[in-house]
Amino acid sequence: MKFTSGTMLAALLGVTLGAAAVAAPLKTDPAKSRVSVVFKQMNVPVEAPFKKFTASIDYDAGKPDLAKASVEIDTASVDVGEAEMNKEAAKKDWFNSAQYPKATFVSSAIKPAGAGKLTVSGKLSIKGKSTDVSFPLTVKTEAGKQVFEGALPIRRLSYNIGEGDWKDTSILADEVVIKFRVTAGQ
Amino acid sequence: MVQRYTTTAIVFHWLVALLIIGAFSMGLVMTEMSLSPTKLQYYSWHKWAGVTILGLATLRLLWRLGHRAPPYPASLPAWQKFSANLLHGLLYVLMFAVPVSGYFYTLSAGYPVLYFGLFELPVLIEKNEELKPVLQAVHFWLNMTLANAVGLHIAAALKHHFIDRDDVLRRMLPKA
Repeated sequence: MKFTSGTMLAALLGVTLGAAAVAAPLKTDPAKSRVSVVFKQMNVPVEAPFKKFTASIDYDAGKPDLAKASVEIDTASVDVGEAEMNKEAAKKDWFNSAQYPKATFVSSAIKPAGAGKLTVSGKLSIKGKSTDVSFPLTVKTEAGKQVFEGALPIRRLSYNIGEGDWKDTSILADEVVIKFRVTAGQ
Repeated sequence: MVQRYTTTAIVFHWLVALLIIGAFSMGLVMTEMSLSPTKLQYYSWHKWAGVTILGLATLRLLWRLGHRAPPYPASLPAWQKFSANLLHGLLYVLMFAVPVSGYFYTLSAGYPVLYFGLFELPVLIEKNEELKPVLQAVHFWLNMTLANAVGLHIAAALKHHFIDRDDVLRRMLPKA
């Protein structure tokens, strides 16, 4: 195949136009990103990070309305701090990871809410239950990368997280907070 | 006429004894249980008991420093007095060391202690995966040492009471 200046130009244009039309999602930095869940065990707050998740954020500060975000979490990768409890967390009463390996969040709308703040709405799906949620998100720049941070309180029992004896909220509170910090750059 | 310990010292002794036996037994049971809400509840109770023991041990030590123990029977051989003092010293050390080791163990596991579910106690060390198994072993072996020391302590008290028929145990019993 012979390259002419015409095809080169077309190719270049194609790349530029393509980039403009579909803003390339930001490249997330997994080492500097974190998704965890904070639960209260007899009032003691415990933070359990998920070791495997992917986050995709498509955000241009100039056009926040076009922003999109999605997160996919491997439910079996939660680290509660004890091997025995980690195994338990993947079982039927909890995440039922065999049947529902992923928990997902997909944004439907992202609205600016003041300097460095956004309000994110979307669908949160855990253990086969999907609900519409909305939460505040902050955006800041750190070392040339954008850092998205937020927290979303949910009620674990509305997703059947902790069935059977574990429904007892005096031992494990119903409210748990999903915390995340995603670092991304171009 | 039996020369007893002060009433305060007697109350401290039996209260701490009861709590140690309770916390120790609960420790043995809870670690063998499979994961359940009850297990988590036992862990919390165990920690609260440990913190209580630590607090009582502190008060008890302060009291002991200001109040001499009643004398041993004059007939007691020197080596027995020495051994008894040594064992009492060890029990005092363990009254502190066992709960402190447990406290640091739970901190290293990332679980701070909320006393009675209300008061957050100081988080002196961060969660630490390397330290956790070390502190677990330390807590376990200090407890095994404590169990043996307590066993010896009880055996000696009973020997004095039933075999030597002296007043050693009565010194620590409430007035009949």
